[in-house]
Formats: sequence, structure tokens, C-alpha cells
Amino acid sequence: MPQLRAWFSRLFGLVRKNSREAEMAEEMQQHLDLLVERNIADGMSADDARCAALRQFGGIEQIKETAREQRIWRWADEFVQDVRFGARMLWRSPGFSILAILCLTLGIGTNAAVFSWIEGILIRPYPLVAHQDRMFALGGTTRGVAEGNSLSYPDFLDFEKNSTLFESFIVDRIMGTSLSVGDRAERASGGIVSANYFDALGVKPILGRGFRPEEGIGRNAHPVTVISYRTWKDRYNFDPTIIGRTQYLNGVQHTIIGVAPEKFHGTFIGYSFNFWVPTSMQETFDTTGYKLEDRGARWIESYAILKPGVTRQQAQAELNAIAQRLENDYPETNRGHGVELFPLWKTPFNGASAMGSTLGITLAVVFFVLLIACANVSNLLLARSLLRRHEMTMRLALGAGRWRLIKQLFVEGLLLALIASGGGIAVAYWCRNALLLTFPKPSPGIVIDYSGQIDWRVLALSAVICIGSTMLFALMPAIQASHIDLSGALKSEGAGVVGGKGRSRLRSALVLVQVSLSFVLLAGTGLLLQSLNRMRNESPGFSTDVIACGVDLFSAGYKLDRAKIFHTQLLDRVRTLPGIESATLARVVPFTYTVYSSAAIEVDGYQPPPNEQPTVEHNQVAEDYFSTIGIPIVSGREFARADNENAPPVAIINQTMAAKYWPGKNALGQRLKVKDRWMEIVGIAKNANYRDKLEPIAPFFYVPLRQNFGVQNNLLIRTRQSPGAIMNALAGEVHALDPNLAPGVAYPLQLQVDRMSYSQELAVTLVAVFGAMALFLAAIGLYAVMSYSVSQTTRELGMRMALGAGARDILGLVLSRGLRLTIAGIAMGGVTALLLTRLMGNLLYKVSPRDPAAFGLALIILLAVALLACFLPAHRATRVDPVKALRV
Amino acid sequence: MAKEKPDLVYGTLDMLILKALQHGARHGLAIADRIQQMSQDILRVEQGSLYPALYRLEAQGWIKAEWGVSENNRRARYYELTTAGRKQLVAEKDHWSRITRGINLVLSGS
Repeated sequence: MPQLRAWFSRLFGLVRKNSREAEMAEEMQQHLDLLVERNIADGMSADDARCAALRQFGGIEQIKETAREQRIWRWADEFVQDVRFGARMLWRSPGFSILAILCLTLGIGTNAAVFSWIEGILIRPYPLVAHQDRMFALGGTTRGVAEGNSLSYPDFLDFEKNSTLFESFIVDRIMGTSLSVGDRAERASGGIVSANYFDALGVKPILGRGFRPEEGIGRNAHPVTVISYRTWKDRYNFDPTIIGRTQYLNGVQHTIIGVAPEKFHGTFIGYSFNFWVPTSMQETFDTTGYKLEDRGARWIESYAILKPGVTRQQAQAELNAIAQRLENDYPETNRGHGVELFPLWKTPFNGASAMGSTLGITLAVVFFVLLIACANVSNLLLARSLLRRHEMTMRLALGAGRWRLIKQLFVEGLLLALIASGGGIAVAYWCRNALLLTFPKPSPGIVIDYSGQIDWRVLALSAVICIGSTMLFALMPAIQASHIDLSGALKSEGAGVVGGKGRSRLRSALVLVQVSLSFVLLAGTGLLLQSLNRMRNESPGFSTDVIACGVDLFSAGYKLDRAKIFHTQLLDRVRTLPGIESATLARVVPFTYTVYSSAAIEVDGYQPPPNEQPTVEHNQVAEDYFSTIGIPIVSGREFARADNENAPPVAIINQTMAAKYWPGKNALGQRLKVKDRWMEIVGIAKNANYRDKLEPIAPFFYVPLRQNFGVQNNLLIRTRQSPGAIMNALAGEVHALDPNLAPGVAYPLQLQVDRMSYSQELAVTLVAVFGAMALFLAAIGLYAVMSYSVSQTTRELGMRMALGAGARDILGLVLSRGLRLTIAGIAMGGVTALLLTRLMGNLLYKVSPRDPAAFGLALIILLAVALLACFLPAHRATRVDPVKALRV
Repeated sequence: MAKEKPDLVYGTLDMLILKALQHGARHGLAIADRIQQMSQDILRVEQGSLYPALYRLEAQGWIKAEWGVSENNRRARYYELTTAGRKQLVAEKDHWSRITRGINLVLSGS
């Protein structure tokens, strides 16, 4: 405790320095006066008494100094001095200060912004949720490989029941649905969650309650819902009596039992949820049937919260053991299936995976921006240290230590960095929602949520960056500045050679670094652009000008029979509309977020390896599907209208499936067993992409819709008309069939295809924006160095001109100096880029990380910018008046 | 008689100052006088050590200072023991007596 008190007292002493100083002086003066009086009383004369007292007392100033050291720390005292002095110096040259602060703000701000995104989107994505550090995503694996698989509900319950290292398990399955309040229906996103959801996450509803344990059990037994704060605000206008009221979700009346806190958006990276319902309501929100008792239906996305002190490895080992037991107990559904715990930032079933690599690359890019900004400020400081050479020399000559000078210059740098950090954090705060700008606009009612978060961790990292960058940019110039040759420097100014060599070499080195870093960024941007272009131009395997449109029968409460009639009639009517080339129905529209049906299959003559349970995804499509969407049938036939429930079951498979299960054979006419039903393969379709263009093409098959009808289907229409015109025409037909119904928004498939490449687009945008910043900063650096070198060599230039060099020669001379520097930088950057771009592998689509076009483009842009940056100083050099230059 | 500097043994000056303040507040000169008088003129405190020591003790929270009026009607800073200072004095006295006993034992051994 006394230690602490002494510390505070000293800190206090630092602040109250002036009054303490006066007090100390007075005290000692009084002491001295007492001694004098005593001496006079002893019979000395006044003068003698004073002298004796002073002798007796000793050196007042020395005593004060020693005493001061007891009160405050010397270094702190000096630090305060340095800060005051530094602030004065910055204030005195505002141009320099502002430029340096802007550069650093750019560098620190971009880093802080990316940190805040990583923190808010990947590391701690769920505000208000306690213990996110112990929270892991739980995903399914097939034969040890995680393919974004889910879990089945019975398996989930077994994991929950048989494990000991976990605090809790939660189910959270995202779903899109319609939310009707009054006569207004809108899209909404929500989660099917286990009853323990809110308790396990430590989130307390601000009104009402969370779910009770019994509400998770049963089939459609508990139509209750907790709504989000936003829904409460937007749809119910903060109605305080909301608890107990009902709303229609997917056409089923649900009682509102709670309102979630304002900051809680659910646990799905990328979407902000509107409501939550318990697992017992699964069937209401899933067109593919009741799954709570089906061990083979893997649909659950879940999280596990570990007990404190348990490592992921231990937890994983326990889960593996349980999965092994399940495999033994239920071989027909569980053979080869396991589970894996993922850190939140690697969650396989939400936006984390797409954002992870993008933000990783972005982090590298903004770090480069920071380095370039630091190099710029370093350069500015070096230039300024030349202006302050006189001051430095004087101080050294008067006895200041070099170390003291370095420290003072460092503190000046720290001041710059501190101001810039303040600005940078403000920038990060403004940019926390900036990522959303690049995202495709979602349907009304759906809220995309990718927001950064500035918490103490982000602030701490920014502080580290602030100090680290000060080390980078201020230390070197400070050391340089303190190495002044005293005798030489005091003699005269303006000789133009003092400190010249070392300093200009250092500055050139800094520019070299800037140019090479810029080159790396430019090359990276080029690669990403190239990749985005390739991806855009690559056909997904179907024609993207087909128009899709759905009618939400499920929400309207249609049952299967009625839906069947409706869709059959609608399709017939649409086909007769003018301007329609062909039309068909499909349960899933490719490249949407709708999940394909997936089923265990058996194949005649194919013996799966012992640990494999072949499971293949498929889509339910009507006749003319392949001709409408433009997927060629390579052999066999396409589905016909006659392939209905009275006809023998048939299927069409893709090329990958044919090659995998019937290698070297003709698959046509062979049989395939799905859900205890044998079907004959009547056609082989060309491979296409089903979800996005980056996916490896897996086995896939199609079954006729008329043999596998579901309530929810989508129209696919090939036409020359615009989506708007189609929608109007459709609205009429739908209305004619059921006056209460309206079609959804019609859109060309291209729209969805573009949406699915958003993570590439985002990466390109981010890297391009930051790359442009870097290029700009590097250009400033190059310009500054060239101007400086021109001003330094005025004498030499004047001499050359006096000896007959023309403007053209001078221009060439200066330009070639600048370009030499640039080319050296590009060479360095080229090598670095070749090493680094390999790390971009998973963001690049069919582009080699060494793509010559991207590197060539970077080369051209950088050369052009360098020429521009060098031209101005070179032009100025030609204006040098030889007479004046030589007289200096 | 030779005057000894009391801070020859590190830290002892602090203890002597605490002791000098045991029976009431004193200003700087009075503390020096008191130590000199109590040691029968053997120990003499230099001002150069006194004030740093006073500020150190104040910073530790063992003594506190207030402006008061001296015997001859001058303003003077009076120092006074705090509760922590009293405890510290006891502790230092104990420590000192153990050390000196130890040293004496060594020196008087044969």
C-alpha cells in the first residue's frame, strides 16, 4: 500500500508541480531565516550570520533537485517537458503536422476499421452473448470431412445428453419466412432454436420471457415466438402490451411471449433475425417435412458452449467418442458421419467463412497501407530534421545528450501518432457499417448485418499500432538527426552537403519500400479483378437470363393437394401467355439460399466403401426444365409431362454422378434407389453449378416434380420480356386462380448469380480502395523525395546548365533518377508479390497467382504514377536559374 | 567531539526522523535540532539529506505536512506522524534492535 500511495503522491506531484515548487522554496527559505536568526542571537553580525547560515545549509538548488527527485520521477518530468515542447513544435509548422497526421490517420484508421470488422464480425460477432470465447459452432462431417453439413435432431439430443464437458448446446437454424401483421405480409428471417437458447446465451428478453423447456418438444405443439427489438419497433411501434398478442408466421398464428434486447440480433453472422421459434415448430417453417424424429435428416445448425477450462481438443475428443457410438448404434443413418467443433470465425454454415478469407486479405492490405504511411511520415520527419538542424546542433553543443534528443524527437512522433490514432478510431467508428455498402440489396424485411465493433480490444490493438508505428517512423529520423557532426554543422548552412549522403540514402530506401509495397497491392488488386471478371464471364452451366418467380403458397396455408392443382393450372396458363418461349417449375432455384433435398441413395451394382453412406443432393423439376434453363441433356431424354405419379419413377443424373457410380458403363436405363423407391435413369444432364461458381461439382440428380410434388415451387420462364412485364402478366394469372394471392418479385437468374459472388466482389472493392490509398501515399512519398533531391542539388544543376546542359537534359536527368528508384522498387515488389499472392489462392478463381496480365497492369500503373510524381520536380529543376544557383 | 552523519547506515535517517516526530509536530530545523539533542550532539543532520528524506517520507504517507507558525512567529511547515508512520516507527525500531543485537553478538564473540 505505501508503494501505491507513494506512486500516487508522485503522480500528483507531477501535476501540481508549480505550487509544490513554490512551497519547497518557501520552506527552505524559512529554514535559512531561522538559522540566520539563531546565528544573530549567538552574537554574529547580520552579514556573518547570513553567510554562516548559507554555509551551514549547503547548496539550496542542489538540495531542491535531490528533494524533487523524491517527489516526482525525473523521466516523467522530462517526458512532460518533451510533450510540451513537442506540441509547440507541431503547432509551429502546421503544414507538416497536418500532412503527417493525415497520413498516419489513414494508416491507423484503416487498420482500426479492419480490426473492428474482424472483432465485430468474426471474433465476437454476437453482442450481449456471454462467453463467446467458449462458444463454438458445431457442424457435421462426412468421413471426417466438413462439407458444411448439419446435424439431425435425434443426434443433437444424444450429443447433449451424453457429454460432460459442455455447459450447453443450442440449435439455431436460419429460415426465411413471411411475417404477417394485420394485412401486411413481409419477408422475415428467423431462427428455429432450442428451448434453452436465450438462457444458454445469457440473453434476457426485455419484455416477457424466453422459451420454457417443454416448448421445444412435440410436433407443432407450441406456436410461441420471441420477436426482435427491431420487429417490435418497426412492426408494432413499441406496443407495451405486445406480450400475449399473436402474429402470423408462415400462415400459422404464433403467440408473442417475449421481446429480445435491442442489441441482440441472433446468432447468425450476416443476418439480423426478426424472430425466434422453438424447435417444436420446425415443420411449420420447413417445406420438406417433419424432421424432429428423423435421424437421417440433417438440418440443424448448432453451437456448443464449453465448460470453463475445457479445451477444444478435449471437447472434440468427447464428441468423437459419442459420434462413434452413434455410428455403431444407427449404421444405416450414421455410418461415416461425425461432428466437428469450429471456432466462431470458422463457422461453416453462416457468413463467417466467406468473410474470413476476405477480411484476412484486407488485414494484410491495410497493414501495407500503414507501412507506406509510416514511410511517408518518416520521410517528412527526415526532411524537417534538416530544417531543424540548427536547433539540434545548438542543443548538442550546449550539452544535451544524444539520447535525450532522440527521446524528445520520439515523443514528438508519439504526439503525432496519438492525434492520428484518435482520428483513426473516429474513422473506424464511421466505417463500422461500411461493409454493407458493397452488399447486394436484400429483399424488403430482411436485414443484413455485418457491423464492426469497437471495444477495448480494438482500442488496445490501435494503441499497439500507434506505438509500433511511432517506432517505425520516428526512431530512424531521430537517430539520424542526433548524429550531427558538430564542428561541421556549426560552421555554416546552405552548403548543401551536410548530412546529405546518409540521409538521402535513407530516404531513397524508404521510397523503395513504398514503391515495392504499392506494387504488391496493385498486383493483388489486379489478380482479384481478373478473378472477378473470369467468374462473371464464366457460365454457371445454365442460361442466366431466365426469369424466376415464386408464389408463397406455404404461407398462404395451402396444403399439398391444393398446391398441386394451383401450380399445374398456373403453369398451363403461363405457357399460353404471349412472348413466353417456355416455362417450367422447380422446387429450388439454382444459386439461391434454398437448400436442395438430400437423400441416401443405393445404386445397383455399386458397393460403397464400408465407412460410406452415399448421400446425393437433388432437385424436383417439371417437364421442359432442361430446355428452359438451358442445361443440355447429353444422352437420354428430358422429363415429360407424362412422368407423373401414375408413371414408373424416373430420374436424370449429372455427368459427375454418372462417372462416379457407373464408371465405364452407360448409366442410361440403370436403377437408383432413393427413400425406398427405385427409379430408372432416363437421361444424363451436363454438369452445371448449383449453388455458386466456386463449388466443386458434386454428384447431383433431378426427379420429376409431378412424381414428387411439394407445396412450394418456383416458376422459371424463358422469355424476351422484362421481369417487370412478366410479373404484371403473372399477377393477373395468379389473381385469376386465387384472388388472395400475389406473386413474389420476378428476377433474372443473373441477379442471384451476381449475389453469390459478393465475397469476391467485396474483396476486390476493399483491396482496390486500400490499394488506391497506398498508391496515392507512395506517389506523395516519391514526389517528396524527388522535390527534395532537386532542391538539394540546385547547385549541381546550375553548374550543369552553366556548362551547357539544356532543359531537356536536366529533365531527363531528374526523371531517370526517379525512375531508377521506381524500377528498383518494382523489382523488389515483384519478388515480394510472387511470394505473397500465393496466399490468395482460395479467393482467386481460375487465375494463376502469377498472372502476367495482373503483374503487367501493376507495372504500367506504377510507372505512370511514378512518372507523374517525378515530372513536377523535374520540371522545376529545368527552371533553375544557373546564376542564382551558383551564387548560393 | 566528532559529528557523525546519521545516514551512514542506509535508511536510519528515516527512522530517526520518525522518532523525532513521535511526540508532536515539528518543522525541518526543529527536527534536525531534536535529533542532535537526543543523540547528545553525536549525530548531526545535514539539510541536504533532511529535506529529501522528509519529502520521501511524506510521499510514503508516513508523515504529513501542514503550514503552521513557528515559536518566533514565522510561517513554517510542520511535519507530523501519521498512523501508518507510527506503525512504521515501531517496525523500524524492532528491526534496528534486532540488527544491532546481531552485530553486537558478532563483535563481542571471541
